[in-house]
Amino acid sequence: MAFPARPPGQRLPLKLPEVTAILQGSATIVWLPVGQTSTVCGTMSGVALLPFIILLPFIGALAIWLLPARARSSASLLAGAVAVALTASCLWLYGSVADGTVLRNELTWLPQFGLNLVARMDGLSWLFATMIAGIGGLIVLYAHYYMSPKDSMPRFLAFLLAFKGAMLGIVLSGNLIQIVAFWELTSVFSFLLIGYWHHTSAARDGARMALVITGAGGFALFGGMLLLGHIVGSYDLDVVLAAGDKVRSDPLYTPTLLLILLAAFTKSAQFPFQFWLPRAMAAPTPVSAYLHSATMVKAGVFLLTVFWPVLAGTSTWFWIVTYVGLATLLLGAYSAIFQQDMKGLLAYSTVSHLGLITTLLGMNSQLALVAAVFHIVNHATFKASLFMAAGIIDHEAGTRDIRKLSGLYRYMPATATLAIVASAAMAGVPLLNGFLSKEMFFGETALRNPIPFVDVSLPAVAIVASLFAVTYSLRFVHGVFFGPPPTELDRVPHEPPALMRRPIEILVLICLLVGIIPGLTIGPFLATAVKSVLGPDMPYYSLSVWHGFNWALAMSLVALAGGVILFLLLQKYLARGIEAPPFIGHIVGPRIFERLLILLSVRWAKAAERLLGTRRLQPQLVLLVAVATLAAAIPTLGGIGLLPLPPTTFDPGLALVWVVGMTCAVGAAVQAKYHRLVALMLLGGAGLATSITFVWYSAPDLALTQLLVEVVTTILILLGLRWLPQRLETSEIDPFRRFSLHRLRDLALATIAGGGIALLSYAVMTRDAPDGIARFLLENAYTEGGGRNVVNVILVDFRAFDTFGEITVLGIVALATYALLRRFRPAADSIPRPEQQRVQSAFESQRDDHKEGTILSEFLYVPSVLMRWLFPVIVTFAAFLLLRGHDLPGGGFIAGITLAIGFILQYLAGGTRWTEERLRILPVYWIGTGLLLALVTGAASWLFGYPFLTTSFQYVDVPVLGRVPVASALLFDIGVFILVVGATVLMLIAIAHQSLRSAKRDAQPPGKTAPMIEREKA
Amino acid sequence: MDHLVALLAGIFLTAAIYLLLSRSLIRMLLGLVLLGNGVNLVILVSGRLGRIVPPIVPEGAKVPMAGAANPLPQALILTAIVIGFAMFAFLLVLAYRAYQSLDADDTDKMRVAEPRNAPKPPMSY
Repeated sequence: MAFPARPPGQRLPLKLPEVTAILQGSATIVWLPVGQTSTVCGTMSGVALLPFIILLPFIGALAIWLLPARARSSASLLAGAVAVALTASCLWLYGSVADGTVLRNELTWLPQFGLNLVARMDGLSWLFATMIAGIGGLIVLYAHYYMSPKDSMPRFLAFLLAFKGAMLGIVLSGNLIQIVAFWELTSVFSFLLIGYWHHTSAARDGARMALVITGAGGFALFGGMLLLGHIVGSYDLDVVLAAGDKVRSDPLYTPTLLLILLAAFTKSAQFPFQFWLPRAMAAPTPVSAYLHSATMVKAGVFLLTVFWPVLAGTSTWFWIVTYVGLATLLLGAYSAIFQQDMKGLLAYSTVSHLGLITTLLGMNSQLALVAAVFHIVNHATFKASLFMAAGIIDHEAGTRDIRKLSGLYRYMPATATLAIVASAAMAGVPLLNGFLSKEMFFGETALRNPIPFVDVSLPAVAIVASLFAVTYSLRFVHGVFFGPPPTELDRVPHEPPALMRRPIEILVLICLLVGIIPGLTIGPFLATAVKSVLGPDMPYYSLSVWHGFNWALAMSLVALAGGVILFLLLQKYLARGIEAPPFIGHIVGPRIFERLLILLSVRWAKAAERLLGTRRLQPQLVLLVAVATLAAAIPTLGGIGLLPLPPTTFDPGLALVWVVGMTCAVGAAVQAKYHRLVALMLLGGAGLATSITFVWYSAPDLALTQLLVEVVTTILILLGLRWLPQRLETSEIDPFRRFSLHRLRDLALATIAGGGIALLSYAVMTRDAPDGIARFLLENAYTEGGGRNVVNVILVDFRAFDTFGEITVLGIVALATYALLRRFRPAADSIPRPEQQRVQSAFESQRDDHKEGTILSEFLYVPSVLMRWLFPVIVTFAAFLLLRGHDLPGGGFIAGITLAIGFILQYLAGGTRWTEERLRILPVYWIGTGLLLALVTGAASWLFGYPFLTTSFQYVDVPVLGRVPVASALLFDIGVFILVVGATVLMLIAIAHQSLRSAKRDAQPPGKTAPMIEREKA
Repeated sequence: MDHLVALLAGIFLTAAIYLLLSRSLIRMLLGLVLLGNGVNLVILVSGRLGRIVPPIVPEGAKVPMAGAANPLPQALILTAIVIGFAMFAFLLVLAYRAYQSLDADDTDKMRVAEPRNAPKPPMSY
């Protein structure tokens, strides 16, 4: 297919006028349906890459998961290749998003609900995607050396890649619901990653806590996104981002904001949800390094950043976000000082830095947003390298306890140098990246604010928290690398393999480069990212290292000096080996969480179980019926209005039928307990009344089907009753005494439910019928479906797919019945032989010229001969019903059951053995053939380019039969017929064969059956 | 007169629910059959009644006569009858197997999974 030449760089004509109108050119939309991606080049092929970037990690995860557990190297290679491909794709895409373009790749899914699969990339998501992909690659390299040979590398890397895919999905989604879906996926995969060493309870508890907290947040996010989509009227991210004013002025703004903030705060471990993050340190270190630097916890702040143009700018936003961030910043930094576990210290430091970012995002200032995005990147680089360094130390020294570690500098100088530089970045030492974003933070907090509380609290907390940051960084560096040689280690630490250190080297190099020449390294990327949030009119900011003497520098110096002093003061206290931070140590978040969880999931659940639960079936059924009745009653009674009495013409015939039907139903209910056979007959009467009602109301097909099914049901129950328990005789029970209280309750409930249904049906009849699909079906049955019997046309043509499903179910049920009974041998009959038979047997045993059983074998001899003669008649009749079904009452179902009854009559007349010697029925094959015929008929329409089960018809002259309508629907109906015959016969025969098996057992002495006893007496 | 079919359906359902709430499997089975009949009648009612023409196109015409019965509920009920029958057959066999294997047709006595004196599940995790 040839396409007209297009000058390079020219974009396809825009096809989403409404989106572009809303965006008003602030960003160019490149829109492209997926099907055309292969035909474009340049900028366009970048769009095609987006879904690939999201899907590739998942595909890779699946591939790695399928590898054998020992395939360490191939798993790592595969994961590494995926990471390299992802990083390269992201880097290559920078050219497309650098000028503020929003790349969109939209796949129509459910446009009527505003749900399309949109892959979308702007500057901000590019920055995040690159970080996720790049650091993810370094983590794979690191993990290859870190994980022990006992751990299953494919399982680990598959989880890691899937998690990476979920993270990329969050940042590259252009649809609110899609973001929620990926958000939940990150919760699930982080659960699997944190719980990777599932043999330890710490890993299990940490994983569960992370899942409960972040999963609850994900649920809140779903609610928030639904509200947001409701306010804006679209789930498309670009439309939502352009509707900031509308959202902020909506009355639903506050609940929306609270829900979305709940999600972001749980994910980013903000106060009071911060406690899950340190617990998640039970994960393997590569996981911690990935989840708590560049990914998982950054998803929360990413969410806040993306929706900053929509949700920020109000005082609600300012107070909640800023002060939650500040609280987290202070609490995290304070707790970090007193940690003994290296990873614990880093975890609390992460909490604190996330608090810093949140605070910046809460300030409603564009410059603060720039600082926040900058700090997100900086934190990811130095924190990932620190976690990896801690992992190396743990790996080589065998412990992460700062009390046991000491003076490691002389054993691993290279690692130590890297860790020291990264720690300095964490502390905010000049010439490192952490310093720059912290300066910006200080600059923002130092701005005068008209509210005195804010004016004081912001800079004060900023200085104190930064001072703490210097202290805990010093503690980390000093405690681990300096001092006397360690004495409590079980091995001599040494440098790790060079390749294991390489990821840290790369990250620390980035810390240095960004710290020294920010404008040349991070500058353009940061500008692109910020521009996509703030739009083209960005505030002025400078990324240079030296800004002259100002408040920010002064605050930095105070924090640095204060931090050093505090460390010196605390050194003795820390050396005493404290376990928890002073003052707040006894408030343990996890313990409160556990208590809450036990209250909710154990105490309350137990209380509910005591109140409503039961181990018996009947109370549950009562509850079910009661709730269903109530659920139906509330809307019915609310909207039923007055019920007019319609003009009545009394028809005594029909009335009599109904009276008989009702009497039969009530009689069956009463007799079911004492006399099942009577109940069964009465049930037949009720079914017959239903059938006559169908005839009366012009439903001949239904009447026929009902009648036939009634026959087969009765035979089934009669067959079954033989072995089912015999109940007490009426004489043994006084019905009035035994009618217990709870059966009275059941009766009352049944009466209410039945009466409600009667009322509802009556109310329906007093209203006019809506103009539904019935008219279409009536008018098109003949012209479109080629059948005169509209009901049959619906079944085999209009709704043929439903029928197909239905016959499949029927076949499965028959097979299940067969399977249940196939190798089963029943116990003895529950009912003794009829008296007549016993007398006959006794008589025969006394006479020499009679073999025992002769009379029995000739039982009903004349009727059985008639039944045998009837067989060909029934077969013909079934064929007649089948062939005329498309035009007159009949059809596959009816004909099928008719033929099945014909077969059963032979069993009744001649017995199982006699019949099967002469008539070999293979019902399982019938079922298969019928289903296959229906399927092939349906699939044949594909050959002619029509959808599944499209029918065609015409009239054909057949000799003898005359002019016969032939529709492909008839073939389908024949399939239905064959299957129904097979299924019905299979079920009946399965039960009938039980009598053969039990007969064998009967023959074995010592028999307990009645005739033997009779004989003994004689 | 047509409206009284509501009473028939109501009585069917009352009897059916009463039987379903019993403890004996066989009574529940019988209740199920009645329930199917009652519900089918309600579906028929929802398409409105009247002594009208069956939904069949007469010879030589293209559409059914005016006032033909609503074919949609009929098609639904036809399906429901067949599926109801299949379900009944399956449950009957299940009840039969259960009775033979457990020697009980009383749901309270079927306690393979949860014996009467079995300890309760652990209180906390």
